Amino acid sequence: MNLKKVLEKTEARMITGNEETARECRGFYVSDLLSDVMGHAGEGEVWLTIQTHSNVVAVALLLNLAAVLFTAGAVPDSATIEKARAEGVVLLSTSLPTFEAAGRLYRALTEEE
Amino acid sequence: MTTPGMVLHFSVEGGDFAAAGEAASKIKKALRKIGIDAGVIRRVAIAAYEAEMNIVLHARRGRLVLEVAEDKLQVIAEDEGPGIPDVNQAMQEGFSTASDLAREMGFGAGMGLPNMKKCSDTITIESVKDRGTKVVMGFDHR
Repeated sequence: MNLKKVLEKTEARMITGNEETARECRGFYVSDLLSDVMGHAGEGEVWLTIQTHSNVVAVALLLNLAAVLFTAGAVPDSATIEKARAEGVVLLSTSLPTFEAAGRLYRALTEEE
Repeated sequence: MTTPGMVLHFSVEGGDFAAAGEAASKIKKALRKIGIDAGVIRRVAIAAYEAEMNIVLHARRGRLVLEVAEDKLQVIAEDEGPGIPDVNQAMQEGFSTASDLAREMGFGAGMGLPNMKKCSDTITIESVKDRGTKVVMGFDHR
């Protein structure tokens, strides 16, 4: 699944990385605990979270994540957006609650198989 | 470890959440530049990030040192801080002394040290109460 489909399925918008809609994502990880993400999220995955501070960008960068999808209408501050832009980290935002966003993506994944 | 061919130092300030992760990010870039295996880089990046976060969350200041030798590399995290009273307890998943603010930000899950142990091939922790902590992590990269 590419990021374009992630955007469609979750009715999300791109905050950074507008040119990266073709980027493939290898899976998804849902967590608001950073060390849990560090320990378990895989390279090329999309991370669903309501955490919006700039350390989220550091985690995404270190793990080579495909994107961060902020859920439940969470929107990062300008410092986070600037850092993401500088480092090439893709940020997305959806107003869907985390459960619904994850559910739609899960269904889309199973339909692909 | 044999004599390191490359040694890099990165200072880390306690409480500086905005810059947190930069030292680990620089270590990752340095290793990529010299062609270290991607899987090893991932393990080092995770371990270095957790070590850096521990300094930011708990210590006044500290540093990360990356030493690369032919077949092994080391990340050393040294800080001036409160020290760890009971290292065995701190190694248990879920145990944390992080502040409420840090927890609200998604830190303090009690997974930092366990992640460091999981990602490294060797780990030693020396800590002196009210003085500081030194963590040495070794990684085989051949």
